[in-house]
Amino acid sequence: MSWLTNFVRPKVQVSSDRSGETPDNLWLKCNGCGAMSFHRELESNHQICKDCDYHLRLSAVARLNLLLDKGYKRLKLPAVVVDPLKFRDRKKYTERLKDAQANSADTDALLVGYGTIHNVNAVVAVFDFDFMAGSMGVAVGEGLLHAAAKAVETGSALIVIPASGGARMQEGILSLMQMPRSTVAVAMVREAKLPYIVVLTDPTTGGVSASFAMLGDITLAEPGATVGFAGARVIEETIREKLPEGFQKAEYLLQHGIVDAVVHRHELKDRLGEMISLLMIPDRVSNRGDRGAIAQNQSSQSSLPGQSHAATP
Amino acid sequence: MRTYLEFEKPIAQLEAKIEELRHLGSEGKINIADEVAKLEAKAERMRHSTFSRLTAWQKVQVARHPERPHGLDYIQGLMTEFNELAGDRNFAEDRALIGGIARFRGRSVVILAQEKGHDMKSRVEHNFGMAKPEGYRKAIRLMRLADRFNLPIITLVDTSGAYPGIEAEARGQAEAIARSIETCLEVGVPIISVVIGEGGSGGAIAIATGNSVLMLEHAVYSVISPEGCASILWRSADQAQIAAEALKLTAKDLFSLGIIDQIIEEPSGGSHRSPTEAITRVGDAIEASLNRLANLSRDEIKQNRRQKYIEIGKKGLV
Repeated sequence: MSWLTNFVRPKVQVSSDRSGETPDNLWLKCNGCGAMSFHRELESNHQICKDCDYHLRLSAVARLNLLLDKGYKRLKLPAVVVDPLKFRDRKKYTERLKDAQANSADTDALLVGYGTIHNVNAVVAVFDFDFMAGSMGVAVGEGLLHAAAKAVETGSALIVIPASGGARMQEGILSLMQMPRSTVAVAMVREAKLPYIVVLTDPTTGGVSASFAMLGDITLAEPGATVGFAGARVIEETIREKLPEGFQKAEYLLQHGIVDAVVHRHELKDRLGEMISLLMIPDRVSNRGDRGAIAQNQSSQSSLPGQSHAATP
Repeated sequence: MRTYLEFEKPIAQLEAKIEELRHLGSEGKINIADEVAKLEAKAERMRHSTFSRLTAWQKVQVARHPERPHGLDYIQGLMTEFNELAGDRNFAEDRALIGGIARFRGRSVVILAQEKGHDMKSRVEHNFGMAKPEGYRKAIRLMRLADRFNLPIITLVDTSGAYPGIEAEARGQAEAIARSIETCLEVGVPIISVVIGEGGSGGAIAIATGNSVLMLEHAVYSVISPEGCASILWRSADQAQIAAEALKLTAKDLFSLGIIDQIIEEPSGGSHRSPTEAITRVGDAIEASLNRLANLSRDEIKQNRRQKYIEIGKKGLV
């Protein structure tokens, strides 16, 4: 036997991608300018390249931490039917789900946090793109309905931040049905006269873009985010033309009147805080003082939904 | 010339033979009525056994059959006093989604129907049944009209999907579909949706968020086309047959999943063999659904529809 046939492959365990387990020597390449950045540096800059301002994907948990005031809570989302179609492509859907769950602290692609943004009540629902491309199935639809119910219950603004390739094909028609279901969630918040704000992040396409994501009272987008109904490849194959520069990017959407504003990630919390405060606390004249005090005064004076229940720091 | 699908070939051969014999018979030389009757019975048995065992992929082909009755055929067959209403008032008229007011068996209704066209010229005119944002915005406008005048809405679904194109994206295809779904959920009048051919994803649900969702026996309704699904998940469009099976897109599957409320049985050998019969059956089913919803208040109609979608995914699943 030669040394060749005797050679034993080293059993390398590939470490999973769990946040917090990232090795210390990790450098990431910016998709915008190609510059290498040390991961800790990116993390402290909320995944924005400091050379070119390119917005890399921010994890769902980091997003909640970025937007909600300290002390927010996570909403427990209900268990739903698993693999309703017994779907199997090259791999079983149940296995794909297990793999995704093994790499995530959560059971599906939606995370919901509730608390306040600059002391105004808010429920924030964030898509986790790392979980099966943020695709929307029954669990995500149910999560959005629960987030909406929580917003109504606590008199909060609902802020949804999609990052999703669209419907989850492995749930077939049931994933398509999440389009009307998520629209019911929006209607619940609207009927309670609470603000519903969408922050489109990279990417938001397919059935997600063609339902709740385009129904915001206000629709914001992160710089450079790709947002559209049909994927670029499908469009190119249909029309057999090259797509224009910047097609389906946030700035293109702004130009075409589809979003209200493109907001830099560093400004996102302040802008959202201002917007929900403008919409939910219309009268500040009779309540002079700092923001927290206003929120508290209002809770004792008015029956308007949306006043903060949070303690003033 | 008739179009025959691959699996229909034996039936087609027999049908052609019967036709030939009839032709001979009409010349009066020989009495072959008995023979024709025998062959007719055989053809009927073949149609029945073939069409009662169609695979998911075969159903996809039947649903896309060019001679299957389309939206405009149903309007013509079921509606009187049809007054077509065009345009979204913002940008254009979209002939992929036809709309108007009409009388359906005595009732004034708003009808919305996707139309694919039946020959090259009309297919281009109707953009192969793929609506653009202006099509969905016209649908929204007409649903609001129905709501104001308290008219039930009938929607006929037959599209491979909403149009994927640069202009459609620039004018907000996603937003148009989203608003159309929202409008379906908001109106205080009954919406009866019938999937008559192909229920293609977002382009279909945009007008199919109804109180009653009916589906023809050989129609299909899916989140993505089998070809699209195969090319993404199997990385090869050749696997479309397998994808069609996996997607559970047949009327029977969707009924057991609680997505649709009723399966409308098709005439023997599919709707393309007896369009008039198929159209009448669809009409009867729509009428029965309208009657069931007739005594509900506007608010009950809205709540009924909303509840139906909240419940989906909770029932019929084992």
